[in-house]
Amino acid sequence: METFVFLVCAVIVLAGGLGVIVSRNPVHSALSLVATLFGIAVLFLNQDAQLLAAVQVLVYTGAIVVLILFVLMLLGVDSDDDLTTEPLVGQRALAGLAGVVLVGAVLAVYVISGVDAVTGARSVTAPLEEGAGNIAQIGRELFTTYVFPLEMTAALLTIAVVGAVVLSMRPKDLEPIPEQASMTEQGDEPLTEVPEGDGH
Amino acid sequence: MRNLDVAYLVLSAVLFGLGAVGLLVRRNPLVMIMCVELMLNAVNLSFVTFGRMLDDITGQVIVFFVLVVAAAEVVVGLGLVVAVARRKPGATADDITLLRG
Repeated sequence: METFVFLVCAVIVLAGGLGVIVSRNPVHSALSLVATLFGIAVLFLNQDAQLLAAVQVLVYTGAIVVLILFVLMLLGVDSDDDLTTEPLVGQRALAGLAGVVLVGAVLAVYVISGVDAVTGARSVTAPLEEGAGNIAQIGRELFTTYVFPLEMTAALLTIAVVGAVVLSMRPKDLEPIPEQASMTEQGDEPLTEVPEGDGH
Repeated sequence: MRNLDVAYLVLSAVLFGLGAVGLLVRRNPLVMIMCVELMLNAVNLSFVTFGRMLDDITGQVIVFFVLVVAAAEVVVGLGLVVAVARRKPGATADDITLLRG
């Protein structure tokens, strides 16, 4: 049963991931991302990480993707990427090569040294508790062993909120620059043209 | 060691590779942020898998911190995207060249 669930979710996750990077329309990318995140949430459930599955759905699909979609709509969704042109020659081939090398390197580590060598010895300090999830155990760990990192995340979130507010403040003297033709409209023009006199 | 555990790790590696390729290929900054999310999720999956393989709760605790960092990253990243888009509507990652030498 676990194998069956894994196979279905693996297909969903990979299809969603592929959809993110090949969709012309950014909205379709965001929806593919939702599929991927849901698949990963089910994979968490499959591995007895019930709390993480719930948090994954709430935080990622409920907050982050909605935020991305919101900004997408705010900026206008008419900015389809023209995926037929390739402004940087050889960019896709090199990127594909880099991806294959990256995945190949990780898999090679697993194959050459064996997964046992990668993971090391089993834990004796914080073993997983049996039973219906380990939510209480995660809470205990978070508020005892990891209480300082937990406080640091509070500081990090505060800084992020302040940063977002500062970034979105509109300077009084800011005039919108006359619209430059973006790379997507220029097709395969060279990248050497730097817009001059932006008034910065 | 079960074969399924290895399958989780392979899936996670492939998903990470997909996100990395997307980050290198796409030019829309929002899609690039989504690709970063893909990579973060791939790593989360491998954390949970390793945690279960090692019978250790720390794998799941770390995922929490990754989630928080991902949320902070998205907030600041989207703020930057909006700030850039306000000055240069329709800008892609290739158009943001003001800091280039």
